[in-house]
Amino acid sequence: MDDATAKQFLERFPEAKPRESLDYKAYDVPADKLVEVCRVLRDDFGFTMLTDSTAIDWGEETSPRFTGIYHLFSWLGARYVRIAANCPDDAAPALPSLVELFPIANWQERETFDMFGIRFTGHPDLRRILMWDDYPYHPLRKEFPLAGHDGDLPAADVAEATKAKVIPAPMMGGPFHAPQKDHMSKREPRGADQSWNEAKPKPCSKD
Amino acid sequence: MRGNTTEYAYNSKVEGEVVVSRADAVINWIRKHSVWPMPMGLACCAIEMMAVAASRFDISRFGMEVMRFSPRQADCMIVAGTVTYKMAEVVRRIYDQMAEPKWVVAMGACASTGGMYRSYAVLQGVDRVVPVDVYISGCPPRPEALLDGMMRLQDKISTEKSVTNLLKKDMHPAPALAEAAK
Repeated sequence: MDDATAKQFLERFPEAKPRESLDYKAYDVPADKLVEVCRVLRDDFGFTMLTDSTAIDWGEETSPRFTGIYHLFSWLGARYVRIAANCPDDAAPALPSLVELFPIANWQERETFDMFGIRFTGHPDLRRILMWDDYPYHPLRKEFPLAGHDGDLPAADVAEATKAKVIPAPMMGGPFHAPQKDHMSKREPRGADQSWNEAKPKPCSKD
Repeated sequence: MRGNTTEYAYNSKVEGEVVVSRADAVINWIRKHSVWPMPMGLACCAIEMMAVAASRFDISRFGMEVMRFSPRQADCMIVAGTVTYKMAEVVRRIYDQMAEPKWVVAMGACASTGGMYRSYAVLQGVDRVVPVDVYISGCPPRPEALLDGMMRLQDKISTEKSVTNLLKKDMHPAPALAEAAK
């Protein structure tokens, strides 16, 4: 979004607050204005494409905890703008759905719901998209451990026949972190958190 | 020299038009040279598997070119790629739909152990839900490695007690499955 457009946009929506950004222009808008802002950006400013929508979890002790992020793209001059909206409720986060403006928001919001547990009001089909339907957690929330929680396989009959379970992933020898001290041929990538391992498991079950 | 794994011994001067062999050897010889793979392509390993089927590596040299996408027409499932917990159910159901005799090849690090995906979403080795006959290392394995794995599967098939197993209901009881049945 260029400066002239930004000025017009701010005149139209004085409640939009410029947001710190390293690349293109970004604005904080109130959640109840989100749909209207996006509609005006789409219809009057040419931002016809929702290239990405996601969310941020700022941590359990922060309020507002969840922020929805929307990246809009304009084919007129190939410009982007980023819109952010804080979820008013920290315990049961919710945002208005953009599906009626951008059909692509359907799956993007399903993913955001799956990973963060943000409910999108007005979404026609708000189901999980990546994890299975009965999965009880939202993996990208800050309190969710990297290895995950133990639990049951999605299909009860397969779980019974195979005795397989969902287990916290073993972190020892994991590829998340390679220590920098040795020669590359000697280094074994491993989990960054060395305070626990297979012999001394991390207490990540909900008990 | 006739060893335990000798497929057949034939001397035209002694035996004329009669070939003397063991039933196991004949059945295994037929089976190992007509493995029909079922490509369970789940990630990048599947691309290498396609290369194996193409002209440069040419899996048909080993009688395995008949890739079947229906489990009912296949007898070797090649699990090529990352198996998520959500997909584990599907892998198991497809395995159950394959007719005996059947074999499973875990192709690559992910299918064998979960690989680099030490993750809440990924099954840490497909042997947790299906019995695996051959594990192939690599991320992804080279096509030669898959061919080598399939040739080792042929070796394994040629040592099976096929006649005895014909009378058994489940030829490949996985350890976990055997425990569940008790």
